[in-house]
Amino acid sequence: MSDLYFGWMQYDFMKNALLAIIFVSPLFALLGTMVVSNRMAFFSDVLGHSALTGIALGVILGIADPLWALIIFTVMLALAVNYFKGVTGASSDTTLGVFFAMVVALGVVILSKNGGFNKYTTYLIGDILTISGGQVKLVAAAFLLVTGYWLLFGNSLLLLSVNPSLARSRGVKISLVEMSFVAVLAIIVAISIRLVGILIINSLLILPAATSRLIARNTAKYTLYSILISLFCGVSGLIASYYWNTASGATIVLLCAFAYVITALITRCLRRKVA
Amino acid sequence: MAQSCGHCCVKINDLNVQIGHNSILKNVHLHTDCKEILAIVGPNGAGKTTLLKTILGDIAYSGQITFQVRGALNKNPRIGYVPQKLNFDHDAPVSVQDLIAASLVSFPVWCKIKGETQNRVKTVLEKFSVTHLQKQTVGSLSGGELQRVLLAMAMTPTPDLLLLDEPGSAIDVKGLSLFYETITGLKEQYDISIVVVTHDLAGITPYADRMILINRSILAEGTPREILSDKNLIETFQLSLLNISRLLIPAELNHKNQ
Repeated sequence: MSDLYFGWMQYDFMKNALLAIIFVSPLFALLGTMVVSNRMAFFSDVLGHSALTGIALGVILGIADPLWALIIFTVMLALAVNYFKGVTGASSDTTLGVFFAMVVALGVVILSKNGGFNKYTTYLIGDILTISGGQVKLVAAAFLLVTGYWLLFGNSLLLLSVNPSLARSRGVKISLVEMSFVAVLAIIVAISIRLVGILIINSLLILPAATSRLIARNTAKYTLYSILISLFCGVSGLIASYYWNTASGATIVLLCAFAYVITALITRCLRRKVA
Repeated sequence: MAQSCGHCCVKINDLNVQIGHNSILKNVHLHTDCKEILAIVGPNGAGKTTLLKTILGDIAYSGQITFQVRGALNKNPRIGYVPQKLNFDHDAPVSVQDLIAASLVSFPVWCKIKGETQNRVKTVLEKFSVTHLQKQTVGSLSGGELQRVLLAMAMTPTPDLLLLDEPGSAIDVKGLSLFYETITGLKEQYDISIVVVTHDLAGITPYADRMILINRSILAEGTPREILSDKNLIETFQLSLLNISRLLIPAELNHKNQ
């Protein structure tokens, strides 16, 4: 009987994957709350796609583990986009569109040289099941980084999302908070890209927060619901992907999207009743 | 006219702000005293909001801005700021309590707002008779309610300088007079210097101690009465003489009554 329900637990790779999901889900949920509040969904999507170029640079430089090249490149790109947004005065959508095109094209051009692109398709859809013990530790460290950052900067981020000038008048160092937030976001995206994949990493950031937003009336609940939705969909998506033999990242995203649609429909019906 | 204590002020000398190739503010000289409401009036695009944001430290400038607090130069004066609007979705899950608590304490509001902090927020809101809004989301407030909440926030702790950006843009005329009466009360009670940016010339006139007419550079400066009889005003606001005389009549009547 227990095999029927816990059969997936007998494999070490599933245990590692479960641990990774338990660390990754809440930190995506936390980052997602601010990405959604600050309307940065496109920005985080660009960061996810920039992984292609990051990996490509790693390959050119001959680095065996492309993770470091990836982290450095993603952080630099995040800071550059943030800087250019202020300098050009162009709408941030346009600036981001330009960067998006550049990083995807450059990455694909380098990686596809001599027809070798197939090797890198894992990065597109991710593979959480091949995660090693060392990588789990890295994800755990990322979890601590984000939690610590959120404890220190949470209030500043909230004020900044409401109105930057107002935040400044309350003593918030705007550039420090903005820059550090995009840097942390970039690090987390770079670390988790192998696990969940370039194509869907952004959905994991956006969906739990977007769902939570439909029901939460204050910041604490916004954060809490977002974490719970992310954890629930993360763990159940992983288990479901084991039984269905599907890609874990995409299965998790599907569950998140399902949660969003159901919540949206229910809240809409309830509001109609009240009205 | 209100008496200044003579110890607190903001002095702006030869301020220039350029964004790209556009010169937004040119050779602006101005100074504010404590216990004074200074109205900065000008048409849309005159650089009024830019001037406020420059004083806040949001925008790069050339020239000098110095703050004096109780007789001593102060590089970081307490500035209370009430923005014209928030970049906010209507359904954003931020309550009034979250917003004020985040500006008062460092304990993260996403974890918990302690009972003690909740009481502090209540005290802040009490002064402006808006305690009933404490648990509401910021997006659900009316223009007038939001203005009072933001004013309550800007006044805690008591600032050396209070900056108000277009307070009239989201409230009706009655609400606006009430708002101006409230800030007049604050000026009297706390001896602070209040700068109001507005294009609502008629609304601010009875409450302002001094008025500055601005359109990229300062066109006129003086008491509201002096300004209203300035011919620049007619060009800037394209007001007919009839309108101006209507604005002046209440002042005239007040004068006779005294």
